[in-house]
Amino acid sequence: MAKRIEVSGLHAYYGGTHAIEDISMTIEPRSVTAFIGPSGCGKSTFLRTLNRMHEVIPGARVEGKVMLDDEDLYDSSVDPVAVRRVVGMVFQRPNPFPTMSIYDNVAAGLKLNGVRGKRRLDEIVEESLRGANLWNEVKDRLGKPGAGLSGGQQQRLCIARAIAVQPQVLLMDEPCSALDPISTLAIEDLIGKLKSQYTIVIVTHNMQQAARVSDRTAFFNIAGTGKPGKLIEIDDTSKIFTNPEQKGTEDYITGRFG
Amino acid sequence: MTSETPAALAKAAERPRPALSMSTGRAGDRIFAGLSRGSGLVILAIMAAIAVFLVWKAIPALQDDKANFLTSQEWNPDGAPAKFGIAQLVFGTLMTSVLALVMAVPVAVGIALFITYYAPRRLAGVMAYLVDLLAAVPSIVYGLWGLNFLVTKMTGVSGFLNSYFGWIPLFGGSETGGRTILTAAIVLAIMILPIISAITREVFVQVPHAHVEAALALGATRWEMIRMSVLPFGRSGMVSAAMLGLGRALGETIAVAMVLSTTAGIDWHILKDGGNTFAANIANTFAMSGPTGRSALIASGLVLFVITLLVNVGARAVVARRKEFS
Amino acid sequence: MTSLSTKSSSLSSVSAGRKAKDRAAKVFVYAAFALAIIPLVSVLWTVISNGAKRFDGVFLTHSMNGLASKDAGGGAYHAIIGTLEQVGLTALISVPLGVLTAIYLVEYARGGRLGRTISFFVDVMTGIPSIVSGLFVLAFWLLALGMDFSGFAGALSLTILMLPTVVRATEEMLKLVPGDLKEAAYALGVPRWRTIMFVVLPTALPGIVSGVMLAVARVMGETAPLLLTIFITKAINTDPFSGAQGSLPTFIWDQSTDPNANAVDRAWAGALVLILLIMLLNLAARLVAWLRRPSAR
Repeated sequence: MAKRIEVSGLHAYYGGTHAIEDISMTIEPRSVTAFIGPSGCGKSTFLRTLNRMHEVIPGARVEGKVMLDDEDLYDSSVDPVAVRRVVGMVFQRPNPFPTMSIYDNVAAGLKLNGVRGKRRLDEIVEESLRGANLWNEVKDRLGKPGAGLSGGQQQRLCIARAIAVQPQVLLMDEPCSALDPISTLAIEDLIGKLKSQYTIVIVTHNMQQAARVSDRTAFFNIAGTGKPGKLIEIDDTSKIFTNPEQKGTEDYITGRFG
Repeated sequence: MTSETPAALAKAAERPRPALSMSTGRAGDRIFAGLSRGSGLVILAIMAAIAVFLVWKAIPALQDDKANFLTSQEWNPDGAPAKFGIAQLVFGTLMTSVLALVMAVPVAVGIALFITYYAPRRLAGVMAYLVDLLAAVPSIVYGLWGLNFLVTKMTGVSGFLNSYFGWIPLFGGSETGGRTILTAAIVLAIMILPIISAITREVFVQVPHAHVEAALALGATRWEMIRMSVLPFGRSGMVSAAMLGLGRALGETIAVAMVLSTTAGIDWHILKDGGNTFAANIANTFAMSGPTGRSALIASGLVLFVITLLVNVGARAVVARRKEFS
Repeated sequence: MTSLSTKSSSLSSVSAGRKAKDRAAKVFVYAAFALAIIPLVSVLWTVISNGAKRFDGVFLTHSMNGLASKDAGGGAYHAIIGTLEQVGLTALISVPLGVLTAIYLVEYARGGRLGRTISFFVDVMTGIPSIVSGLFVLAFWLLALGMDFSGFAGALSLTILMLPTVVRATEEMLKLVPGDLKEAAYALGVPRWRTIMFVVLPTALPGIVSGVMLAVARVMGETAPLLLTIFITKAINTDPFSGAQGSLPTFIWDQSTDPNANAVDRAWAGALVLILLIMLLNLAARLVAWLRRPSAR
């Protein structure tokens, strides 16, 4: 069920600001692709164009093509709501619905998509929580509010919520940046496990993390403040970290940046 | 520049230096603190005085009352013997206010959603201002508009509701008119709309962006996002907004006094001319009241005061509880 | 993982039912806004079109003295004078009391017991029905102290309605004054009261002025308490401290209870004058807030 993403000539804008410029890349299914680069280089913006969350911000717009297998996400016949159903997302800060229980958080997306019947919901909720390595920790308190969990658990709850609707692609926007090292490790383990079933794209500030979890790495950069972000290069992670084609990439990963 | 510096420094050195023993305005501080504290105490004194004087001046009439103050539907305090009770006032006040609330809350929540999540960003501010303008219109003007414009329109509406929906008990009865409880409730609903929508809007604006995005990223439509993220977050805010609106409606005087064609007695038929409220009764009968009449009106006002007080304190309690949770 | 039998996910649309609900919600929300604008436009339109008939020089410069309500002519001069005096007196009492109370709450009380009590009762005061404030002045000033109906009695009842608004508006503004500004003054050895008077208050002043203007606009339209405190007169009475006095709201009330066309026309013209005064104050308040908004400085 994982799909290939092919981006070509993609630009994104916030009002009059040109945020990212002319990005083209292919993201392989059943693999982890990491986006790295300095702050403000547009990697998060780019990630948000892959499930049309970018346009949620007033005044934001996108030009270009994002093909999910053979469908263009930005085709005029496409409903952004349907896109987000197929391309799941996990955010920087864990954001479980505060008024919902753990169970209801996981079931939230399912209920939207018309999954009914307690047994069926029970089954998928358990499956998703197991998938997110959280089942054993919460199985006795599914009725308790999701906000009562630790930060790392909340983030795994959000991952469970995202995978419960069985998306084709899972986007993660710095999913570990608000977490402690142990929780981070748990999430990284989980990513390794999930990649057998999903196309995973992860934005990270942490280069060790990119090296640990990803198969391919894309490096983004900006020429200066006010300039749009650009894709510098994308390649196998081992190649990017040992022998990058571009000097800018090498400078960044060896810390000679700026 | 540089050449001036030594000169300036020398000049500054000639001025007296401060010493620890200098007056630092302690007396001023004490006076000022006393004044501001005194102002706060004046507010407490006013509140106490309101309670004391209303009770004190209500007592004579209550002693003279030959009818049951709570259950009598009559209002004839200057008669001999004096007979008056608040039953119909309680009924009319609650009926108009609750009907107004039932009409105003869904619309106010809709307006708040419109301004926060639907209207184009640039226009949202202007639109919010327009709704707030409704609150700037004084109640006497609503009364004038209600009496001379809305009442004439409502006569037809009442007839229509009565003939097609007469099977609903409230819309039944053999007579219909324009100066009815329903018309008064509509005017009240318009008047409490801005306060309810303003408070609700404030709460909706505070909904964390992360929760909105969480719902959208799950593939929720805008309405589903509102149901998953906005409404649960705003629930207690909406409750307290509705209660503050109710408090406003309960005490509203002039508009209701002008619209209703006040008659005595409790009548559930809201399409019929008539009905009365605490506030309208005071405004309408004050000028003709004798000493016992005025005292009786004060007694009824005291009851209104207590009712609105409970509603308002309840609303604040809901807000306070919400603050503890977030 | 057991597979979830999702329909091969097409991107073109979500289910028709969900779409319909989303659209229905949108229609409802737009309709709600329209529903609020209709009465606003209707009220303003009826006031302007009906009020224009008698909105003339005679209306603005003559009282109703010696005229029966069925007579043509006459005006609201006595009422305009009364309203301005009563509102002026109200502001004169409420502003110092309200501002000082707000200063106490923000600068001195700091969450202490007395502060919380005062704050609670300010909230309670906000909820007092206007007619009750009138009844209180009736019970206290007129009945207990034996005073006569007067513009000042009206101002007293309006004060009860205006005070909490002034306290809250001032409080909001004082809280916005940055703490380091105060600390900078304290560090220079400036005593607290001077810091408040010459650093804190001036910084918050535009906000307070705009809040006070809105509060004045609010009480200007109050009718109910005035009916019980200033009573009704047709003659000009420029002395707010003795005898019944006119006011625009009570003028409208008095004229509109008479089903005579001349009287009703005067009521509408009175409403137009009142609305113009209130809108003027509202606009001025917005202007003050806008001119002195932080980004403009």
